[in-house]
Amino acid sequence: MAEVIHPLEVIEEIPAEGLLGKVMEKKNAGMRLSQACAVYNEGKYELSYSFADDTTYEYVTLRIVIDPETVIPSITDIVPQAVFYENEMKELFGVKIEMIRLDYQNKLYRIEKETPFKEEG
Amino acid sequence: MKKRSIIPFGPQHPVLPEPIHIDLVIEDETVVEAIPSVGFIHRGLEKLVEKRDFNQMAYVAERICGICSFQHGMGYCEAVEHIFGVEVPDRAKYLRTIWAELGRMHSHLLWLGLLADGFGYENLFYQCWRVREKVLDLQELTSGGRLIFSVNKVGGVIRDIPADQQRTILSTLDEVEQELYAIRDTFFEDYSVLSRLKGVGIITKEQAHDLGCAGPFARASGISTDMRKLGYAAYGDLDFEPITSNDGDSFARCYCRMQEVFQSIDLLRQAISKMPQDNELAVAVKGNPDGECFMRVEQPRGEAVYYVKANGKPNLVRMRVRTPTFANLPGLCEMLKNTQLADVGLLVLTIDPCVSCTER
Amino acid sequence: MANVKRSPWLLHYDGSSCNGCDIEVLACLTPVYDAERFGVMNTGDPMQADILLVTGGINSQNASVVRQLYDQMPRPKVVVAVGVCACTGGIFKDCYNILGGADKVVPVDIYVPGCAARPQSIIDGIVQAVELFQKRSDEHDALVQSGKGM
Repeated sequence: MAEVIHPLEVIEEIPAEGLLGKVMEKKNAGMRLSQACAVYNEGKYELSYSFADDTTYEYVTLRIVIDPETVIPSITDIVPQAVFYENEMKELFGVKIEMIRLDYQNKLYRIEKETPFKEEG
Repeated sequence: MKKRSIIPFGPQHPVLPEPIHIDLVIEDETVVEAIPSVGFIHRGLEKLVEKRDFNQMAYVAERICGICSFQHGMGYCEAVEHIFGVEVPDRAKYLRTIWAELGRMHSHLLWLGLLADGFGYENLFYQCWRVREKVLDLQELTSGGRLIFSVNKVGGVIRDIPADQQRTILSTLDEVEQELYAIRDTFFEDYSVLSRLKGVGIITKEQAHDLGCAGPFARASGISTDMRKLGYAAYGDLDFEPITSNDGDSFARCYCRMQEVFQSIDLLRQAISKMPQDNELAVAVKGNPDGECFMRVEQPRGEAVYYVKANGKPNLVRMRVRTPTFANLPGLCEMLKNTQLADVGLLVLTIDPCVSCTER
Repeated sequence: MANVKRSPWLLHYDGSSCNGCDIEVLACLTPVYDAERFGVMNTGDPMQADILLVTGGINSQNASVVRQLYDQMPRPKVVVAVGVCACTGGIFKDCYNILGGADKVVPVDIYVPGCAARPQSIIDGIVQAVELFQKRSDEHDALVQSGKGM
């Protein structure tokens, strides 16, 4: 019988200023960025950065809630592979992210409609 | 200073069944940098949550990708079930496992065929696809659909696999296994196959970890991670170990996927022998979901993350799918550096790109 | 099929499909279904193709690609829309990035239904396309012989 792993799955809510420090902390703990996504809900953005551990299967999600006008720093200097996630947030949701390492300038998906996910239907 | 030029690769390319575009910066024949651009298949189906309720979204989720369609439906349903806090009946868990493993077999055989086509071994391509048709026949027998089953719903499954169909699965698996031995020997021993795959496109364990690679791509570089170990569906009752290799080259990726086909055959036999005999296939789900959940499942191409957020209304606030190819794109760009231009087509294939998953 | 004298070449383009129809089109060209026994051949070059198979709906980015492929094909030509997405947009019709079926940008002659379209119905569509191609070629030849055409 295989051993079933019941890993720790938590969502940590942090202030936007603490993002880079926390990301650095997770990276130094040997975790990999599993996903990053945005939600537009009730006039605010909720950004989730999930980190996974490949041996313990632990799953930690960093959550920041910001106003649409807030500019947040890119984490691509710490985790280069976040490039595609951040470009996606920027293009589909209109999240203001500065200093993305490879900024597609809203040309990743090349859609005609501007920030389609930013309105509630 | 060598002369630099940019070569566009795709979207229409003979080795790719799907459109993906990569700008290759080359110096003479060597690739220096690769910049992918996506969007040819972007549909924006995550936005459909506003028009379809959470039950209907299970069918939309299945159509994210036609190759791993069952697993997309399953991942979405498991996430919503987790929010509801309902436990799926045991038999439904086993049925999901059986369909998921059949899907993995057909996906890996499809990839092995395309790989053979990629290095110009037409005969091997046809052999892989011929065997794959037997798996598709099993899927059609048990679910009614060759690729898209629509057997999942929130709370369980809608179809049973009766005893006579289980026997057909077992006998067909015996045939498939026998035929696969010959195919495996060709992939593992043939001189011309090895000369194209060995030592090409190496990703080390450290690189794979730093770039966040998933699935067989990461396992081929020695990272022993497999989301089935989380025990969703009936995987907690089955005995298996992730298949890994330490070489990190194209051959290692071929090795891992080939062995996973045999692993799937083994898992199917285990699941059928352990399947409980109750009649309940689904539990009733009342009301609307409220809450959020991250659900991870192991697809043929690797770890997929389903994020579902609901606020007590029939329509979800957000459904987000992070598909394995999306996570493997940075690894692909790194792998293409310092390779020969002639190898690019084959190397793109070795991550098993699924573009319609990536762009959704 | 009785009066078919020509062997048309197929060009397959994946619009914004989910892959389901694409691998079924590929399955048609491999053993078990083997559509090549009807004299067709798969090609990657639009300049040498006679029948265009389109799978998946049309979005703003691939609309020009499909149109260009169609324009590059020599006349006479036949277009087959494979799968419900290529016919009408299907389940993705309401998505913000989907314009609709293949007939939004090119004239479609044969519609193959299904999600995913089954190989049997794809083969049926190909056979009808081969017949239609023969009919159009005959008309084209008659026009040339009468001196009215090019």
